[in-house]
Amino acid sequence: MADVSRWDWEIGTKAIPFDAWKADFAWVEEPYVSPDGERIAAVVNLDDAQFSVCVNGRAWEGVFDKAWYLRFSHDGRLSALVSEDGEWTVAVDGETWPERYGYVWNTLFSADGARVAVAAQQDMAYAMVLDGVMWENRFANMTHFAISPDGRHTAATVQVKETGEADIARFQAGCYSVAVDGDAWDSVFTNVWNLAFSPDGAHLAAEVRQGLYDYTIAVDGRPWERCFSSVWQPVFHPVSGAVIAPVRLEGQWTVAADGAPIWPRRFVQVWHQQVSPDGQRLAAIVSPRYGYWTLAVDGVPWRTTVNEMVMDLRFSPDGRRLAAAAKHDGRWTLLVDDRLWSQRFDQIRPPVFSPDGRLVAAVVETEGRFGLVVDDRRLPQSYEALWQPVFSPDGTRVLVRGIEKGTYRRQVLAVDQLLA
Amino acid sequence: MHAIYGWVTGPLTWIAFLLFFGGLLYRLVQLLILVRRKEPFIFSYMSLKYSLRSILHWILPFGTVNWRLHPVMTIVTFAFHICLLVAPVFLMAHAILFEEAWGFGWPSLPDVAADWMTLIVIAGAVFFLVRRIVRPEVRFVTSTSDYVLLAVVAAPFVTGFIAYHQLFAYRWMLVAHIVSGQVMLVAIPFTRLVHMLFAPLTRAYTGSEFGGVRHAVDW
Amino acid sequence: MAQPAKSEAKQIVDNGIEKGAAGLTEDRIQAVINRVIKGESGARLKVYVDTCVHCGLCSEACHYYLSHDKDPRYSPVAKVKQTLWEMIRRKGRVSVDFMRRAAEIVHTECNLCKRCAMYCPFGIDIAYLMMVVRRIVHLLGMTPQYIQDTAHSHAAVSNQMWVKPDEWPDTLQWQEEEARGEIPTLRIPLEKEGADIMYSVIGPEPKFQAQLIYQAAVIMDVAGVNWTMPATAGWDNSDMAMFTGDNEVMGRIKREHYETAARLRVRRIVMGECGHAFRSVYDVGNRWLGWRIPPIPIIHAIEFYHELLTAGKIRVAKKFKTPVTIHDPCNVVRGGGLHRMARDLAHALCEEVVEMYPNCEHNYCCCAGGGVINCGPPWKNKRIEGNRVKADQLADAKIRGAKVLIAPCHNCHSGLEDINHAYELGLDIKFFGDIIYEVMEKPEA
Ligand code: SF4
Ligand code: SF4
Repeated sequence: MADVSRWDWEIGTKAIPFDAWKADFAWVEEPYVSPDGERIAAVVNLDDAQFSVCVNGRAWEGVFDKAWYLRFSHDGRLSALVSEDGEWTVAVDGETWPERYGYVWNTLFSADGARVAVAAQQDMAYAMVLDGVMWENRFANMTHFAISPDGRHTAATVQVKETGEADIARFQAGCYSVAVDGDAWDSVFTNVWNLAFSPDGAHLAAEVRQGLYDYTIAVDGRPWERCFSSVWQPVFHPVSGAVIAPVRLEGQWTVAADGAPIWPRRFVQVWHQQVSPDGQRLAAIVSPRYGYWTLAVDGVPWRTTVNEMVMDLRFSPDGRRLAAAAKHDGRWTLLVDDRLWSQRFDQIRPPVFSPDGRLVAAVVETEGRFGLVVDDRRLPQSYEALWQPVFSPDGTRVLVRGIEKGTYRRQVLAVDQLLA
Repeated sequence: MHAIYGWVTGPLTWIAFLLFFGGLLYRLVQLLILVRRKEPFIFSYMSLKYSLRSILHWILPFGTVNWRLHPVMTIVTFAFHICLLVAPVFLMAHAILFEEAWGFGWPSLPDVAADWMTLIVIAGAVFFLVRRIVRPEVRFVTSTSDYVLLAVVAAPFVTGFIAYHQLFAYRWMLVAHIVSGQVMLVAIPFTRLVHMLFAPLTRAYTGSEFGGVRHAVDW
Repeated sequence: MAQPAKSEAKQIVDNGIEKGAAGLTEDRIQAVINRVIKGESGARLKVYVDTCVHCGLCSEACHYYLSHDKDPRYSPVAKVKQTLWEMIRRKGRVSVDFMRRAAEIVHTECNLCKRCAMYCPFGIDIAYLMMVVRRIVHLLGMTPQYIQDTAHSHAAVSNQMWVKPDEWPDTLQWQEEEARGEIPTLRIPLEKEGADIMYSVIGPEPKFQAQLIYQAAVIMDVAGVNWTMPATAGWDNSDMAMFTGDNEVMGRIKREHYETAARLRVRRIVMGECGHAFRSVYDVGNRWLGWRIPPIPIIHAIEFYHELLTAGKIRVAKKFKTPVTIHDPCNVVRGGGLHRMARDLAHALCEEVVEMYPNCEHNYCCCAGGGVINCGPPWKNKRIEGNRVKADQLADAKIRGAKVLIAPCHNCHSGLEDINHAYELGLDIKFFGDIIYEVMEKPEA
């Protein structure tokens, strides 16, 4: 991860005008803000089919026929997918990769943000490109892209055998596999979905279907012995290295590790399982009874349920606390440690814990205005747009990044004062 | 004869009613358990408002497009089902029997009315029989069991009518009437006649899905 | 009116059904049938089968029955008799030939239109029973070839038409560029987190009907809607897996669709003019996943256009002159109650609306729905023959002046196009979007 401690944590506000740019360009698209809050950027249109990227009021030198998918990496690198003369490439901080492709999309960053990968199509063949270097092997089709946390490997589901038009037998016999750094697994499957790298990038697990009915998880190309009637995306246990995935058995879901169910209890649904950072606990979003949703920790569902949806499960850094966005009767709130916040919102972003896990904050939206809520207390300030808050490593400060009255503000606030 | 009569009106009647009510209860409980075990989502879509809305339209003669599409069938089936339910329950003879046994009864129909209702049931049964034979779409899905069930339902009415009018073999007819009535009662929970119990439930479910989820009418 | 030649009960060979039938044993058939009937199914199956009194009152509901001169084999209950009743009676021990015929019945003689559920006095849902059999057919690997191929496409690339992951954003960008010829500042905002609306479409739109995306973008732009489209999988709301009984793939793609919307933090999903997709997203797929109601509200185009027009966000410059008639797609009418809005919309947009009868909830199906049209060329004629009543209905509307047929559903569109052609009706078939695009006030270019 980027070194958050080196950011400017002085209490105070830096303002950058944003709406003012509109005078300089034909139009300004939706803004993105760097993780440290120092820069605000947007794709801008200069003229007919002339696009650039404007950062803190200054446009990149390059002008492109098209530019989209503006994204900051975790260390603040700003990338965009750009096209010139019908060819595509990636621009990072204004510099385009020298190589050109038929198409590029789905930008991925390594955990530290230093490495950038995209999926690419060249002459109707597909491969991943990592920092401008394309896999040597190309494939007829490619889906489900992944980059290892250290950014050294990229992978994707690839089609390794030709399928004839509507040749259902051939398809079912298996035409898909996984390529890691361009090298496909020896095994083929009917389908391969949702890849997951191990934390060290040495292993890769994926959901596979063998034939039409047998679903399981394949790790480094080898499927689990046991099959299920369905599975969802696996994760690697950060300590033990076990592969953990939700599996469907006799019409209900549970969680399996390395092929064997580990939660005795069955659920209407189980997904988005996550191991706590210390490796001690396993949590997942579950539906314990039809139409009701909550979290389960180590197989035991919480008592508090909501009736529409739960998403964005997050552990506190110490692994002791858990929070998730929850939707009940059409409105969103936060579900924290088996309790719902008292307030309800039109929309909520993923929860953010302070480093010591003491506080949990979330950006919320009501009637088109954004605000920050910390431990169920809404801060008075409201914004036109607001990004995720970031706590300082010592937990005493919080970085708030928002736009109000056309001006972007980077504010560092003292947590004590905030809650006073 | 007396012994037989005593037996059919005594223990057999007990058994028949026990099986009838017990059977209905069993089917209902079994159904609810099955829903709970396999399709619990069904409960979550049930709506009293839309259940009643649907049931009301369908128990109203000509209350639905399909009833209007088949006027003769509609008249016959409503007359048949109403008489089938009302005649036995409100027949004076039955009410008296009940009062003798339990010490209380209820108002009953004049015999003439009950007699006509019986004839309507019989006529309805004949209509259904003929319809089953002459209408290709009905004949195609008809099996022996459909004729048997029709006979089971008609029998108590036919025998009751003969017995009441003492046309012939009164005592035997009376016994036949009682036994066939018992057979029908017992058949209800365990054959397609169970629609007596299930029809309101399926209607309620379809009504709830159409009304509550799909915002459409189901008639 | 021309009649297509009757195909004399000649055997149609479908490679998908044959592929499954080859090597099938009665033991396997029995095991699968019992797994579905005893294991997967529950109260509905049991009660529907036990309650049906074989009265045949559902017959007149079915366009197949009516179109085949009341041939009893096509009545809804007859389809149950020829499939499930036999399976239950023989405790699952049926022959391969029986299964061949069963696969044909449930995939090509029923559109799952649920009209019969409105005609059965008990509300027995025959479409559900047909789906139970389709599930059996799926588990036996006997699903007709073309629709099976579509289910494969859903599984492999998360859309109906084998659209590759790059082709999707590329197509949107191309349509955006095209539309800028008309409105220079127009955008199709991709991956815009926090937009009010995610607009989702079905696979054939980027593949064959990109102009529909163009039109939708113009409508969104003029109406000033804060909208987005995903650049990832999850953009396609269609679902043939639902119709092949491949519930696992159905759940997978519905999850992707909803989670894409959740990831984009939109308030609502607006979908294009498609019926079966509406059924899948609104009513069926969500349930398999455990979502009692859609976790993010899903708005069909009819409702959305109605809303834009009522709120004055789009205005009619000049009403559509040619008289129109409206086809009520089963899945948004019996399945969503949108017929009133469809009429309001038609009257607001067009000078003359000719009703065809029966209409609203009682309208006849297009005969393409329920995956029937997706069974492909081998079954095309059978499908057209199976809907003579629709042709009669359309011809009648035409006699009373209608020249344009509005069909706010993709399947209906294609199915009606075939009927229009085969019965030489000469109607011009359009979506609401086509008409709105034509009559709306647009900024001067
Ligand atoms: S096509 Fe429609 S009316 Fe006919 S059987 Fe199927 S669901 Fe019923
Ligand atoms: S109308 Fe209902 S009860 Fe009568 S045959 Fe059809 S499905 Fe069975």
